[in-house]
Amino acid sequence: MIEMTHHVALISRRSLIRTARQPGTWIPPLTFPLILMAVNSNGLRAATHLPGFPTHSFLAFFMPFAFMQGALFASGIAGTDLARDIDTGFLNRLALTPVRGGALLMGQIGGAVGLGAVQAVLYLGAALAAGVHIDAGPGGAALILLFAIGTAAGFGSLGLWLALRTGSGEGVQSMFPLLFFLLLISSMNLPRNLIEVTWFRDLATINPVSYLIEALRSLVIEGWNAEALLLGFGCMLALMAVSMVLAARQLRLRMTRT
Amino acid sequence: MSSRLEVALALAYRQTTVLLKNPSFFVPPMLFPLMNFVAFAGGLSRLHQVPGFGFPDGYTAFVFVFVLLQSAAFGGVFTGFAIARDFERGFARRLLVSAPHRSGIIIGYGLAAFVRWSMIAAVLTVVALVGHMQIGGDGIDLFGLYGLAVIFNQVGLLWACGVAMRLRSVQAAPLMQTPVFLALFLAPVYVPRALLQGWIHSVAALNPLTYLLEAGRGLISGRPDEVVLAFGVALLLLAAFAVWARTGLSRAERAGA
Repeated sequence: MIEMTHHVALISRRSLIRTARQPGTWIPPLTFPLILMAVNSNGLRAATHLPGFPTHSFLAFFMPFAFMQGALFASGIAGTDLARDIDTGFLNRLALTPVRGGALLMGQIGGAVGLGAVQAVLYLGAALAAGVHIDAGPGGAALILLFAIGTAAGFGSLGLWLALRTGSGEGVQSMFPLLFFLLLISSMNLPRNLIEVTWFRDLATINPVSYLIEALRSLVIEGWNAEALLLGFGCMLALMAVSMVLAARQLRLRMTRT
Repeated sequence: MSSRLEVALALAYRQTTVLLKNPSFFVPPMLFPLMNFVAFAGGLSRLHQVPGFGFPDGYTAFVFVFVLLQSAAFGGVFTGFAIARDFERGFARRLLVSAPHRSGIIIGYGLAAFVRWSMIAAVLTVVALVGHMQIGGDGIDLFGLYGLAVIFNQVGLLWACGVAMRLRSVQAAPLMQTPVFLALFLAPVYVPRALLQGWIHSVAALNPLTYLLEAGRGLISGRPDEVVLAFGVALLLLAAFAVWARTGLSRAERAGA
């Protein structure tokens, strides 16, 4: 167990350093969601005039979008880095060492999780500076950070599975529009009860990303909503678990093949 | 003139063939506007109930104009990625050596951008019609709308071409697309300009793309408004970015690509 923790720490450290050394990797996830949050929260402010809209601040309503977009970037970062390791043969060399598959996978998402933590602090700080009030108080703010990091880890694990499955960075990147589509067909822009088009509302209802967003949103605009938090944390943990299982299975297959 | 046209047609043919033979180059740019259209038209349609919205043909038509113009601009920008790739792989160097009239190179890339976007626009229009988009405008109005989009497609291409020929690397891709993306979203995307509040209202008033978007929405609803102004702005942008692209080509020539 101690040995495995040591292995996870070593691979995580490598992953973190690698991410930090590539500004092209971490600048877009830090800036792009903030820009979109600033633009869209103003462009869509008129939506707060709709009867039944839950808050007067569209920025507070829209804030979770930044966390989700940041988490999607995490999947790309973790996946692309692992794909590069496959491409350069690092993974094969690592397979000759006593490092276990589980340690390798957990370590590989270190960069994405580290960046996820920085992103979460930055997005939350920017929102607070722009006047967003967290209804759930400081405890809610801490939970937002925890939730954002967990979501980054979940999407990061999904990126690992994609990398192991496709074996190429291009393959991982080509899945990004699909993941982004999951974000678009969620309740990110309007609450589900205000979505007029039935098929879109149905898609948003079966889309787990809606519940991830709504959990974060509930802490900002409602306070402590047990149902939203349970659903959100449940989806986040399920995403992590399913992605890790898929990645572990794919890693075994890849190692067998080589 | 004829050799310039030959260079342009040959290059456009090559670019289109490469595009069609590589789904990974073609599919994502096709999916991007479609996804936006589905998300906006489906998820935000309640916005037409906001007091003062005042667009008669429904939210689908309102947002279609934005997505059409967005697809046009990105059709050009994605062709810019191909130009950068050509420089990275040495094809552009051989092209500069062999082309008798080098300005034909920009025209060729422009034609390729148009062909690429035409396919995207056709799919987008079919999807919008299947989604029961209401069109209030007549044939002439729609010709004007698509004409505006064609010009904007070339504006996007010329901007990206200028960047690609100056930096000659695919790593310049964010520099090609981010300003276009921002300029588009700083226009009245989701609601009419009158409903925008705060700083974005002031920025939208200064943003030239606002006039293209508003004229496009007037054309699709059959109530053309400030169309001459919009075409004037579009042609001005076209002229400015043509100079940007041509000076970029000169830079590439001086650098020996």
